[in-house]
Formats: sequence, C-alpha cells, structure tokens
Amino acid sequence: MEKRKYMNPYLAGVLLGLVLLAAMFLSGRGLGASGGIKYAVVALVGAVDHQYAMDTPYYSKYFENGENPLKSWLALEVLGMVLGGFISGALSHRLKFKIEKSPRISNKKRLLFAFLGGVFFVYGAQLARGCTSGAALSGMAVLSVAGFVTMFAIFGSAYLFAWIFRKLWI
Amino acid sequence: MGPLSILSELPEWLNLLIAFFIGIGFGFSLEQAGFSSSRKLAGMFYGYDTTVLKVFFTAAIVALAGSQLLSYFGLLNLKLVFVNPYYMNSAIIGGIIMGAGFVMGGYCPGTGISALSIGKIDALIFLIGGMVGAFLFAETYPYVQTLAMENYKGAMRIDEWMGVSAGVFTFLLIVAAVALFWVAELAEKRYSRPEITNDL
Repeated sequence: MEKRKYMNPYLAGVLLGLVLLAAMFLSGRGLGASGGIKYAVVALVGAVDHQYAMDTPYYSKYFENGENPLKSWLALEVLGMVLGGFISGALSHRLKFKIEKSPRISNKKRLLFAFLGGVFFVYGAQLARGCTSGAALSGMAVLSVAGFVTMFAIFGSAYLFAWIFRKLWI
Repeated sequence: MGPLSILSELPEWLNLLIAFFIGIGFGFSLEQAGFSSSRKLAGMFYGYDTTVLKVFFTAAIVALAGSQLLSYFGLLNLKLVFVNPYYMNSAIIGGIIMGAGFVMGGYCPGTGISALSIGKIDALIFLIGGMVGAFLFAETYPYVQTLAMENYKGAMRIDEWMGVSAGVFTFLLIVAAVALFWVAELAEKRYSRPEITNDL
C-alpha cells in the first residue's frame, strides 16, 4: 500500500506538546530518551560483570538497595516509545527494514557515520544531563536556563558541523 | 491537582505504567511528525526541510503555555515539576558534542528510537553507537567529572534571570517562534531540494 504523508508539522507539534504536558501533570517530569539508553547500558554492564558495576560509583548508584535500573520511569517510557512508533508506522504503512541514506554515499559509509553520530550524541547527552528531549525540549517547557542553553548549543553546533558533513546528506 | 504521582502518592507500578503510556504517545508523535527519517531531520541543517524547528517549538510552547495555565487555575503545582539544574560548562560543551553527533548520525536519541521502531537499520546502528557513547562516558567519568560539575547555577529559570514574569516570557517565546516559523518557510523555498524531499 502507498505510504501515507506525514502529519502537518504544527499539528504534530501540538500532539507532542500535549504528551509532554501529560508527563508534567501525571508524573511531575518531562520526556527523555538518552536517559533510557543509559539505563540499558547500566543494566547490561551489571549483567555482564556485576562486581565491577557495584565497585564503580558511576554504575553502583543505580543498583542501590537491590534496585533494577530497568525498573525506572525513563526505561519504561523508552519501551513505550518503540511501541508508539511502531503503531504510527503501521497505521501509516511505513514499516520497512531499510538503510536510509543519500544515493551518493554507500551503505557502509552511512552506517559508519550513524554509529559515530550515536557515540558523540549520547556521550554529549550524558555530559549535558539530557538530550534534545530531556534537556532541550522538556527544559524549555519548564523555563529552565539549562534547557535553552542546551538547545542553542545543539543546534548552533549542528549548523557549524553541517558544512563539514554536507556530503553525507546533500 | 497535579503532579498526580506526587500529590496523590500513586504506587510505583502505576507511575511506571504511566511512563509506558507517555512513551507510546511520545513515540507515536515523533513518528507521525516524520522524525523517523534521518534525511528529513537533516534537512533542518541544510534548509530543505524545517519540520524539526516547527514541531520542536510548537511542542515546547504548548507544554509551556499549558502548564502555566494549569498552574494559574490551581490544577498543577509547578514547584513540584522537575526543573533541569544548570551546569553551565557541561550544558554548552555537551550540547556542542551533541550537535556534531546529530549531523553525523542524522538522529538524536529520541528520533533514533522512533526510526528504529519502523525498521530503519541506520537508526539501530546509531543507537548501538549511543550505547557505546554512554559506556564511554561512564568509563571516562573520573576524567570529565570536574568539567561536568563546573559553574553550577542550580535550577535556574530563564524568566527570573531576565526579570520578567513567566507569562511575559511565554508571550515573547511565542512571538520569537512565529518569526522563526516564517524564516523556516522561506528557507524551505530558498534551499528546496525536491530530489530529496520527494523521496521522503
């Protein structure tokens, strides 16, 4: 079947804003994504070498009182995100395994830079205590200076690096 | 009266169930907006597609104005809603590193998860890279700890910093957003790349 068009961006923005408002009203917090990735890594390290996780202060704080890092708000939210995205993709006939890239670059190059981009993005998100969702978007909604500064830093930097990496996209 | 989970002392399992449903809404909105496509997201940085700006600012304003209204009518105690603490140095440097990752990978973590959920293999690799990034951060934490803690300003609020009320700031942000939307619409015409956008 022909895949459907994306939602009008302003309408999608209203929808996303209402989801964020619901998170604030129901749970007193904003949305997040990179945090969920961090919890997955903490759980993985804990499963592979539990002693090491308990001896390293960065990991051990997530295992205090016998807690499981995956039993957290962000981990459950990220799990929901995968289902929500899947439902949306199914309704709009967009479910398909594919490597999305510019026709001018090879699959190998696309995947290499996707990997590097992930490394950089989540490393930076750990340093800044949140990514585009948790720091920038949710931060702006509660008027936090951190939210506005992070948003300007992410997008300002992306425009600077856009020239260097233009061959990947245009 | 909200936040419900705090004021009504909801049991933990119910708050986690709420998290799961919020996640479904979050993932659904991102995918509907087209954030499951890296080439659409990258358009933001080359001008041919500015969906990112439109969705992002509209969402921020809806949540901001909505929460201000709920607070005004006594339905939401904003003092109990998490306000991100401001560590100036790490917010700026972390943001710069994230920007570089955004252009290399074409996704941010949330949009990467959205793209993975409809089967994008590049998003899967991006997220595996993301897990490596989180692991590297944990392992290098002793070296970057000082930087991560420098210039701590507390949960600083921009309206207080500017010396205006939250309502005035919200109004100013709406005006700024409308101006940005106008620029964005112009940019999409000026830098249009039908060979890419027709493909999305």
